[in-house]
Amino acid sequence: MKEIKLSINNQKIVVPAGTTILEAAKEVGVHIPTLCYHPDQAIKANCRVCVVEVKGSRKLSAACSTPVWEGMEVITTSKKVLDSQKGVVELLIASHNQDCLNCQRNGTCELQNLAERFNIGKTNLDIDILTLPIDDGNPSIVRDPSKCIKCNRCVETCSKTQGVDVLTHAHRSDQYIISTPYNLPLGSTLCTFCGQCSAVCPVGAIVEKDNTEQVFEAIENQKKHVICQVAPAIRTALGDAFGLDDGAIVTGQMVNALKQLGFDKVFDTNFTADLTIIEEGNELIDRITNGGTLPMITSCSPGWINYVEGKYDHLLDHLSTCKSPQQMFGALSKSYYAEKMGIDPKDICTVSIMPCTAKKFEAQRDEMNTNGVRDVDVVLTTRELAKMIKMTGIDFEVLQEKEFDSPFGIGTGAAVIFGATGGVMEAALRTVYEVVVGEPMPSIDFEPARGLQGIKEADVDLNGTVVKVAVAHGLSNAKIVMDMIDKGECPYAFIEIMACPGGCVGGGGQPINTTMATKSKRIESTYKIDKEKLQYRKSHENPAINKLYEEYLEKPLGHKSHELLHTHYHPRDKKIGNIKLK
Amino acid sequence: MSKSVSLITENYNKYNPDSIDEFINIGGFTGLKNALNMSSDDVISIAKASKVMGRGGAAYPLGKKWEQAKSVPGDNKVVICNADEGEPCTFKDRSMLEKDPFRLIEGMAIAGYTVGAQNGYLYIREEYRHLHPQMKNAIKQAKEKGYLGKNILGTDFSYNIHVYSGAGAYVCGEGSALIESIEGKSGRPRIKPPFIKQCGLNLLPTCVNNVETLAIGTALLTHGAEKYLSYGTSDCPGTKIISIAGNVNKPGVYEIPFGLTLREIIYDIAGGVPGNKAITLFQLGGASGKIGPPSLLDTPYSYDDLHKVGLVIGSGAILVVDENMKPLEFLHSIQEFFCHESCGKCTPCREGNKQIAHILDRLLAKTQKDTDVDTLIRLAKLMSQSSFCGLGETAQSALLNAIRYFPEEFGLK
Ligand SMILES: Cc1cc2nc3c(=O)[nH]c(=O)nc-3n(C[C@H](O)[C@H](O)[C@H](O)COP(=O)(O)O)c2cc1C
Ligand code: SF4
Ligand code: SF4
Ligand code: SF4
Ligand code: SF4
Ligand code: FES
Repeated sequence: MKEIKLSINNQKIVVPAGTTILEAAKEVGVHIPTLCYHPDQAIKANCRVCVVEVKGSRKLSAACSTPVWEGMEVITTSKKVLDSQKGVVELLIASHNQDCLNCQRNGTCELQNLAERFNIGKTNLDIDILTLPIDDGNPSIVRDPSKCIKCNRCVETCSKTQGVDVLTHAHRSDQYIISTPYNLPLGSTLCTFCGQCSAVCPVGAIVEKDNTEQVFEAIENQKKHVICQVAPAIRTALGDAFGLDDGAIVTGQMVNALKQLGFDKVFDTNFTADLTIIEEGNELIDRITNGGTLPMITSCSPGWINYVEGKYDHLLDHLSTCKSPQQMFGALSKSYYAEKMGIDPKDICTVSIMPCTAKKFEAQRDEMNTNGVRDVDVVLTTRELAKMIKMTGIDFEVLQEKEFDSPFGIGTGAAVIFGATGGVMEAALRTVYEVVVGEPMPSIDFEPARGLQGIKEADVDLNGTVVKVAVAHGLSNAKIVMDMIDKGECPYAFIEIMACPGGCVGGGGQPINTTMATKSKRIESTYKIDKEKLQYRKSHENPAINKLYEEYLEKPLGHKSHELLHTHYHPRDKKIGNIKLK
Repeated sequence: MSKSVSLITENYNKYNPDSIDEFINIGGFTGLKNALNMSSDDVISIAKASKVMGRGGAAYPLGKKWEQAKSVPGDNKVVICNADEGEPCTFKDRSMLEKDPFRLIEGMAIAGYTVGAQNGYLYIREEYRHLHPQMKNAIKQAKEKGYLGKNILGTDFSYNIHVYSGAGAYVCGEGSALIESIEGKSGRPRIKPPFIKQCGLNLLPTCVNNVETLAIGTALLTHGAEKYLSYGTSDCPGTKIISIAGNVNKPGVYEIPFGLTLREIIYDIAGGVPGNKAITLFQLGGASGKIGPPSLLDTPYSYDDLHKVGLVIGSGAILVVDENMKPLEFLHSIQEFFCHESCGKCTPCREGNKQIAHILDRLLAKTQKDTDVDTLIRLAKLMSQSSFCGLGETAQSALLNAIRYFPEEFGLK
């Protein structure tokens, strides 16, 4: 590739053609401020906080969007540059609802960081904020337009990455806003509540709905037996919120922190992930042998479910009827566990720690109850758990490792990889192959399902019948697969779909600053746990699962399973998109 | 009146704009025929020799633009005629659409031939909707007579023209916002690179020219560059269609040779100020243009001479403001325009315009804060240095010149 020589603040540097000033500056240790820039997204160049001087240019240049050229001389340290960058920050703040002390992004906010960096003080500008109603009418996401800096990162995520396209920009000049179709609340659109917008928002304009207080209250309530389940993708991500290395494995520390927070029991969603594999694997075998609807598609990602119910409601039969691991856990907690412990299900409060904002929505779906008792009472995202830990002053870094409690404490490697795109496919195949063929897969590591490629395909030879499978992550990739099914051109028998790019390690509720690079690290750690840290690597080998079937469920797809572990889906109202909640 | 000329406007009122035959009878389409008889490089040489600068406002040399557009690789290219004419006080392109539509079509075809395009798009300001039927009719007739369509005049050159309507946003006059608008998106400018000359309408290489620029193209190919060069001054040859309005006795569109002084234009051509009132200021080039004090009225109307005193030709608009209006009141009305027209995409323009409006309100009401004038200057500079597109970059041109020429209005002297 062609190389370009340039200088930045008089330091000489050589970079490949096509590099931007922003990237080149990083190479020489100069961090130009940014706001609309996001490493996983297209360049937008609308915030203008990254402007720098380029010798010979009439104007300042946006570092994020200006490619370097031979002999370019860039200055990022002049008063002119600093005044302009600071001026942009000041302008944004003057139209911003400066509510840091009450803001969910206090401490993780890019605008706040820049205010500190530029020593912003009393301003001579007019404070003039466009106040519009806060949208908190759904269980997952809260939008506060008064904090929006109009960077359009959420718009790109929703329209391009997710292909849901319910966020856009509207109007002009100081009336310019980020809007939904007809400016309806998100709950009345086809929003999937995936929360990817909240994960890329640089400020507190789109955040998860905070449910931490509910959990503190439940724990305080002596009458309540409060238990929690932790999803597979939390243990490789939570450390980020405490400044640990990307992808740090913190399972034991996390369990310890949860116990200190006062949960009566700390369980592992991996347990019901294994259970999902048993039920879903048998469902797949049943559909293949008895001529059921194929391809069968996984159903553990609630953002994905919301998407299908909204945009492909004529294809709902393709979804596995299995509830997600979170909801299987919830149902068992209010039935099997309640009976075993002799506690009235009404006195059990089941809390989930999830990487996902759509899980909050899922838990509130009308049908997610067992004999009139909610399966899952409160869902917290990784970010909220981190906040609770911070609030209590627990020093996460020095925590001793603790073990999950039984009876839902054992999970296999197959369950842990649910957190990475392709993981459910791999886990299912480890079991299905063995059930059908009668011997283990040639290699337990199913490489074709791994990695960050948007759509992955593979052929699996089941006793002479070649079954085609596919994995898609990110809803825009899901759309490609669904259109194949719609046109009757889909060669696959089994498909894994996750709403979020990278799978749950990249969920919309994961710590702020999650990028594709961070996700890769988490995925690496996920496979490491599977390979190195766990006794069992196949769901059907989980002794606690086998015990559950013996003691309670009897058999996969049996009567009890259907009652507790399976569900059904509804088309969403096209006009208001809304699903009736509890 | 004798100081005005008629070269680009030579056909005004000479034929019925509904009739291609009448146009042909007075020599119409000679320019296109001449062009088709030479290589596109020869056409570019003529454009270069004439030293014509683009008339859309940015004054980009026509020859250079065509040369670059031609050299971009691609067998599918686009010419866009920018008839958005959104700059306040600018109505010279309208006169061309009204009075000589076929010259424009001819110019678009010449441009298409020169740069190697198959399609031309005519983007007409929404407010000119009454002119759409006439333009469409002209295109239809030109096609019927073989001046557009397949194998024009028996050559290999095939070219069609499509008419699109603006939707009322000033920013859609900016080339890339205009393209977004034709593509059916909301009209906000695009990020560069990629430059539209390489990747414009529907991702195709695109050459955007102003109406007047293309009309000049027709004149150059009809009469040769020498004729054009015989007007104006040696440093700034040629003619310019201006639109003059405000406090003058005879507002309107005039074609003038470069080099007349502003005083000659205002007093001899436009008939002076009603009631012989004194001039407070004038603005050249529309709302994004610069303002000047009466002491500059003897400046010759040419790119260089105006540039020397901090003025621009811009769109060719000349707005005269008499003593009934104070500079601050004038700036206030300009500011209202930009507060309405900023597309809102980038911070400096969206937020800067709003802040400046607040300060101008206070200055007018004499309730300003001590810091206001400093803030005003700071923000105006920030906008011109850091905005995403030309709108924010030039929105404070009038203000910055007002500070230079009317410092006392801001308590600076
Ligand atoms: C905000 C803005 C508005 C503009 N409006 C117009 C317009 O109405 N008509 C026009 O010809 N050019 C307009 N321009 C200039 C165009 O971007 C472009 O430079 C011009 O059409 C090129 O034609 P020319 O080379 O023939 O001048 C505008 C530019 C900006 C930044
Ligand atoms: S979004 Fe950022 S700057 Fe705004 S109130 Fe919240 S923390 Fe403060
Ligand atoms: S939650 Fe997902 S679908 Fe809903 S607005 Fe955000 S990105 Fe779009
Ligand atoms: S809501 Fe957040 S991500 Fe979306 S434009 Fe506003 S600040 Fe940017
Ligand atoms: S300068 Fe910015 S806000 Fe203003 S019109 Fe251009 S892109 Fe839009
Ligand atoms: S980061 Fe460059 S303009 Fe926003």
